[in-house]
Amino acid sequence: MTAFDLLAHLKTLCAVPGLSGYEGPARVVIEAAWAPLVSAVRTDPLGSLWARRAGHGPAPRPTLLLAAHMDAIGLMVTRQEGDFLRVTNLGGIDARVLPGQLVTVHGRQDLPAVVGQPPAHLLPLAGREQVTPLPELVVDTGLPAERLRALVQVGDLVSFTQPPIELPNGLLAAHSLDNRASVAAVTVCLRELQTRAHAWDVLAVATVQEEIGPRGAGQAAFAAAPALAVAVDVTFGRDANTRDAAHKSFALGGGPTLGLGPNIHPGLHAAFKAAAARAEIPFEVEAMWEHSGTDAVAMQVAREGIPTMTIGLPLRNMHTPVEIVALADITRAGRLLAEFAAGLEPDFMSRLSVD
Amino acid sequence: MPTRPLTRRSKPAQALPPALDLELLRALSNATAVSGDEGAVRRLVLEAVRPLVAEVKVDPLGNVLAVLPAAKRDAQRVLLAAHMDEVGLMVVDYDSDGALRFEIVGGVSDRMLLGKPVLVGPKRLPGVIGATPVHLLNAERKATVVKAAAMRIDIGAANAEAARRLAPLGERATFATEFAVLDGALRGKALDDRLGCALLIALLRAGPYPVELHAAFTVQEEVGLRGARVAGYAVAPDAAFALDCTPALDLPDSRGRENTQYNTRLSAGPAIYVSDGRTIADRRLVTHLTRTATASGLPYQIRQPGGGATDAAALQRAGAGVPVVSVSVPGRYLHGPAALVRTADVENTLRLLHAALTGWTPKVLKP
Repeated sequence: MTAFDLLAHLKTLCAVPGLSGYEGPARVVIEAAWAPLVSAVRTDPLGSLWARRAGHGPAPRPTLLLAAHMDAIGLMVTRQEGDFLRVTNLGGIDARVLPGQLVTVHGRQDLPAVVGQPPAHLLPLAGREQVTPLPELVVDTGLPAERLRALVQVGDLVSFTQPPIELPNGLLAAHSLDNRASVAAVTVCLRELQTRAHAWDVLAVATVQEEIGPRGAGQAAFAAAPALAVAVDVTFGRDANTRDAAHKSFALGGGPTLGLGPNIHPGLHAAFKAAAARAEIPFEVEAMWEHSGTDAVAMQVAREGIPTMTIGLPLRNMHTPVEIVALADITRAGRLLAEFAAGLEPDFMSRLSVD
Repeated sequence: MPTRPLTRRSKPAQALPPALDLELLRALSNATAVSGDEGAVRRLVLEAVRPLVAEVKVDPLGNVLAVLPAAKRDAQRVLLAAHMDEVGLMVVDYDSDGALRFEIVGGVSDRMLLGKPVLVGPKRLPGVIGATPVHLLNAERKATVVKAAAMRIDIGAANAEAARRLAPLGERATFATEFAVLDGALRGKALDDRLGCALLIALLRAGPYPVELHAAFTVQEEVGLRGARVAGYAVAPDAAFALDCTPALDLPDSRGRENTQYNTRLSAGPAIYVSDGRTIADRRLVTHLTRTATASGLPYQIRQPGGGATDAAALQRAGAGVPVVSVSVPGRYLHGPAALVRTADVENTLRLLHAALTGWTPKVLKP
């Protein structure tokens, strides 16, 4: 096994757009990273990437599904007005951070652009002092109207293109770390499993369309019919902007979070805690009092019901182009997933109870 | 067509102005030089200007003043000014968790800051201005512009001491935008007024002219035209031009009405000022520019009279008074992370200024 450069891997994952419903560019990059680590890869009907490592247990083996969504939030062209494009959102876009952002318009060719804030006199009187809502912002390629018309049409995608930024203490700032950071954690897990025996099949799935309501994970869970499913996703990182929501935010570098609540199977939660103790991996328990806001929502209710778990990576500035993650948390999450997978005995399910 | 003999003459008598040096503009745009801390741009300017002129000095405030002697005797003294400084941020305090507090230097809108990468200090330490995740905001907070006082720069420091060590108090920060050459356009931070600096350097390279050309690369324009004030006094020119960037507010009205207050428009050519918030441009200089443009077949636009000010305001009041005019490249999203200008406007501004200098006679200033 060659030395693994997590930082380089993560930068590669964040360098491609892969917006919700248009995950192709991300899938290509993830497939290249995962294919050498598994027995089989395939793409399912909605576009999710499946990568299966066969276990050594007796067939038919139970399957552990590890889901990390690969789609990213972005923008979509709704209209051209002269030299400018109007856009709508794909996923949970925060209009407050948009003015001045560097973006790429994926037209007939990729066009570098910037999100423009119109001056107050061009906005409705009411709301001039407020955040300019997305429909009133513009995307500006610098091209004159005729050239723009020839190169861009309604429905074309617009993605963030701010390059990644390395910060001290093993932190990386980039767009789309939600959820490419979790994809990288699954990569770490698959690499760990190269050198570890595991009885179960481990099915890593890079899911589609999570950001617009989990539409890929439920279908993958239906088709794969796993015995257990784990959603790996980001959670709120602690900083000045989340201090008010202390119970919803977690320190970067403190390890992954283990979800706890109705979306999480309590036995599975306990088993992950035990795995973390075995591998001496620090973690925090993340209270999820209604739903988890992850792929686990859809996977839990697939088929006759699937015991689900969530693993969270603390992430600052979620849904901005400057999301920040700690590389150490990604490595720990990957190792935790591998420890859990390797520790699954063939008869684990017979001992898993909700009570 | 006769073959011209190859000569070693570096400057043919009627050379066209050289194309703008895009690599120099890239370096100028990417450099950090917030008002009062212009050293990084001053170094680039000095390096570029020294081989071109007879005389260059740095004045007590940090202005770079260069002189290109005239091609003839008894020439008038014409000052061209472009400011080196840019708007930005200054580090003023530290949170216990290592986040930096900052104040705004010059006219930066709060709206431009949230969720942007920045570079802090001369070591260009990367950081980001963080934002509360949209998931945690109620409708009111989603619609409320966050004030800079509530924002922090996150440089990844673990605590206040580490932050202070990495980014000492008073260090300046700017947007981390990399200059980019687009299709017919340029995108970058601080094009206001690194474009003016690059134009002025190109004009020095394309001289001499029938005037003694004084180039002033000024400091502290964005916080009160301070460099231009002392440069104007020191040079005491017969006439002065401020080369700058001015907003092109030529965006669509979201209610579908006509945009009557566009200030300037992209692709309409160099913007000649007649009147802004602090200066009525000298009528003779405006006429010289418009006549020169017409005679040279160059486009130009008159900037809509209105507010704002350039170094021209300070130059006009220097000493006994100086006839002034401003010529600006129209640019969108100035003072933001990424301004956009069209290459054609930049080139036409360069051509117009070159033609105006080349065609200068003392008659221009006849009352």
